[in-house]
Amino acid sequence: METLWFWAVAYMLVMYVVLDGYDLGTGIIHLYAGRTDIERRTMLKTIGPVWDGNEVWLIAAGGTLFFAFPTLYASSFSGFYLPLIIVLWLLMLRGLGIELRHQIDHPMWKTFWDSSFTLGSLLLAVFFGAALGNVVRGVPLQKDGFFFEPLWTTFTVVPESGILDWFTVLMGLVSLSTLTAHGANWVAMKTEGEIQARARHAARRAWMGVLLTSVAAGIAVSVIRPGIWDNFFSLPLGFLFPLLGLLGIVGMIYFNIQGKDFLAFLSSSAFIVGMLAATAFGVYPTLLPASTDPAYSLTIYNSAAKPYALGVGLIWWIIGILLALAYVTYLHIAFKGKVTKPVGEDGY
Amino acid sequence: MIMDPAFLFDRLQFAFTISFHYLFPQLTMGLALLLVVLKGIAIWKKNEQYNRAAKFWAKIFAINFFIGVVTGIPMEFQFGTNWARFSTFAGGVIGQTLAMEGVFAFFLESSFLGLFLFGEKRLGQTKHFISGLLVFLGAWVSGYFIVATNAWMQSPVAYTMADDGSVHLSSFWGLLLNPWLGWQYLHTMTASVVTAAFVMAAVGSYYLLAGRSIEYGKLFVRVGLIAGAIAMIVFVLPSGDKQGKNVAEKQPVTLAAMEGLFKTKQGAELVLIGQPDMEKLTIDNPIHIPYLLSFLTYYRWEAEVKGLDAFPREDWPDNIPLLYYSYHIMVGLGTIFLAVLVAGLLLFRKGRLYVVRPYLWVLMLSFPFPYIANTAGWMTAELGRQPWLVYGLMRTAHGTSPMVSAGNSLFTLLGFLGMYFIIGVLFLLLVIRRINQGPEAEAH
Repeated sequence: METLWFWAVAYMLVMYVVLDGYDLGTGIIHLYAGRTDIERRTMLKTIGPVWDGNEVWLIAAGGTLFFAFPTLYASSFSGFYLPLIIVLWLLMLRGLGIELRHQIDHPMWKTFWDSSFTLGSLLLAVFFGAALGNVVRGVPLQKDGFFFEPLWTTFTVVPESGILDWFTVLMGLVSLSTLTAHGANWVAMKTEGEIQARARHAARRAWMGVLLTSVAAGIAVSVIRPGIWDNFFSLPLGFLFPLLGLLGIVGMIYFNIQGKDFLAFLSSSAFIVGMLAATAFGVYPTLLPASTDPAYSLTIYNSAAKPYALGVGLIWWIIGILLALAYVTYLHIAFKGKVTKPVGEDGY
Repeated sequence: MIMDPAFLFDRLQFAFTISFHYLFPQLTMGLALLLVVLKGIAIWKKNEQYNRAAKFWAKIFAINFFIGVVTGIPMEFQFGTNWARFSTFAGGVIGQTLAMEGVFAFFLESSFLGLFLFGEKRLGQTKHFISGLLVFLGAWVSGYFIVATNAWMQSPVAYTMADDGSVHLSSFWGLLLNPWLGWQYLHTMTASVVTAAFVMAAVGSYYLLAGRSIEYGKLFVRVGLIAGAIAMIVFVLPSGDKQGKNVAEKQPVTLAAMEGLFKTKQGAELVLIGQPDMEKLTIDNPIHIPYLLSFLTYYRWEAEVKGLDAFPREDWPDNIPLLYYSYHIMVGLGTIFLAVLVAGLLLFRKGRLYVVRPYLWVLMLSFPFPYIANTAGWMTAELGRQPWLVYGLMRTAHGTSPMVSAGNSLFTLLGFLGMYFIIGVLFLLLVIRRINQGPEAEAH
C-alpha cells in the first residue's frame, strides 16, 4: 500500500514537471524567442489556457503528499522552509507575469511582466532541480524526524551543507537546461515562422547543456549516493527508466536537427519521465535520507498514514486522477494545433 | 502571557496570508454562481445584454480568480512549513480533505476556466455555459473540502489516536459528513454570494449614479439585489442561527467569549455594543437587551447560559476582545445588509429602484462591508477555536515547526507583507480600470 502511494505521488510530480515544465521552459526563452509584442503574445497564447491547470499538478501533489506521508510532508516542508517559501513567491511572480501582462497596453508594463515571467520561470527551474538534489543527497534529519537547512553554507557536500551546494546547484543546472529544451520544443511545436526558428535554435543550445550537465550529474549522483544503483541490480527491469531517458535525449537531438518539433517535444517529455522515474526507482523506499544517521531516514514505512486512510484514499484518488487526466486531455485537444496570431481582446 | 516570538510570527503569517487570500475566493465563489445565472438567462432568453454582462463579470472574475490562485498556493504549503508538528499530528485526517480539494476541485476549476475565458467562439454557447457551470462546481467543491478541514479542527470527529499521539482517520464519511460541517458550509458559501451580489449591485449603482452604461447599471443592481436578498434571507440567517447553536453545544466557552458573557447567568442579556474589559472581567458601556441571549441560544427566556467564569482560564480563547469584536462586527453588518436589501426590494416593487439616488449611494458605498463581515466571521471561527488548534486535542502553541527559528519566520512574514501589498495595489488598479472601461468594451 505504501509502495502504491509512493508511485502515486511520484506520478503526480512527474506529470507536474512534464506539463508545467513546458510552461517554465516557455518562460525561460520568452524574452529570447519573442522579440516583438505580437510575438510575445503568441508565445503566451500557447500556454495561456493550460498553464494554471498544469500548475495544479504541483498543488495536488503537495496535498497528496500531506495525505499519504504526513510525517514526510511536515518534516520536509519545515526543513526546506526558506527555499519552499521562495518557490512560492517565484510561482506567484511567474503567474502574475503571465496574467497581468495583457491587462494594460503599455510597453513598460509589458516589459516588466515579460521579465518577471522569464526570471520567475528560470529561478523555479533551478530551484526544482536543487530540491531534487537535496532529496537524493540527504538532509541532517534529527532523531525527532525534523531538520532545518539554511540556503547555503560552504557549497560543499558535508552533513551540514545547505540547500545549495555544488551538487544541488549542478542538479539545478540539469533541470534548467532540460526544461529550457522542453519548453523550446513546445514553442517550436505550437508556433510558426521566426518564433519557431528561434525556439529550435534555443532547443539546440539547451540539449547541448542537457548532455553536458546530465553526464556530470550522473557521475556525481553515483559518487554522492552510491546506493542509488542497488535497486536496479536487484530488479533489472528498472533499467528501462534510464533507457527511456536515454532514448529521450537521443530523440530530442535527432528530431531537433530534423525539425520535427512534435517528436522532439515527445522526446524531451520521455527524457523527463525516464530520468525522474529512474531517480524515484533508485531512492525507493527512502523518501528523505538522513545525512546524520541512516537510522533517522524517512522511508515510506515510517512516514505514511495509516492503512485505513490509505485504502479509502486510493478509491477517490483513482477517480479524481482519471477525471483530471480527462480534463487535461480535453483541454489540450480543444486548444490543439498551432496558435494563431492574437488579435484584439483575444486573451493574450 | 508573553508569546514566544516564533509562535507569534507563525500565527501572524498564517492569519495575514489566509485573510488576504480569502478576499478573492469569497468573491469568486459567489460570482461563479452569478455568472452561471447571467449566462443561463442570456441563453434562455437569447438576450445579448446578459451575455455581455456575463463577459464583463468574467473578466473581473478572472482577475480575482488568478489572485486567489497565486495567494492560495502558500496556504496548501504553510501547514508543513510553519505548522509541522500539527501536520504530523493531524495529517492522517486532514490530509484527506486537503488532497481531495486538489484532486477534485483545482483540476476542474483551472481546466474549465481557461475554456470559459477563451473558448466562447470555439465551443459555442451551450458548451460555454457548461464550462462556466463546471468552474462554479469546482469553486464550490473546493469550498466544501476547505470548510470540511476547518470543521474537523473545530469539532474533531471520525478519528482514532495512535500510540505516538497522532490522530488517524477512522471513518471517511464521518469526516465528510461532520455535523459541524453542513451549516458552516452553507453559511460560508451563501455569505460569499452576498459579497458577490453586493459588489455587482455596487458597480451597477456606480454606473447609474455616473450616468453611464445605464442599461447595464440597472441589470447589475437588479440581479445583485435579488441574489443578495435570496442568499441573505433564505440561507445566511438560518445557517448563522444553526452555526451559533453548534458553537453553544460544542464550544460553550467560545460562545461566552463571543457574546462577552463573563458570568454564568439565567436569563442572560444580549450585548449589542460595549467594550470587554479584561482586567475587571466585565463589559464597559454596555447596551444590551435583557434575556435575549438565553432565548436565542436555547429558545427559553430563563435558560442558563454559561459565562467565562464556568471554565478554567487556560481554556479561554486567548484574545477575547478581538473575538468579541469580530463576532459583533459580523452580526452588526449582517443586520445592516438585511436592511439595505429589504429597502432595495421595496423600492424595486415600487419601480423607483433606479432613480432614488440616496439609496444608490448607499448601495455603491456598501461594497467593502461584506468583505469585512466575511473576514470578521472567519476571525470569529478561528479566534474562537483558540487556544486550541484542533479543538480539545492539540493546543495551537504545540503545533509549530520545531526547527524554524523566529528570524526565519519573520523574514518570510515580511516578504509576504511586501508581496501582498504590491499584489493588492495592482489588483485595485486593474479592477478599477476594468469597471471604468465598462461592459460596452465587451461588444466584440
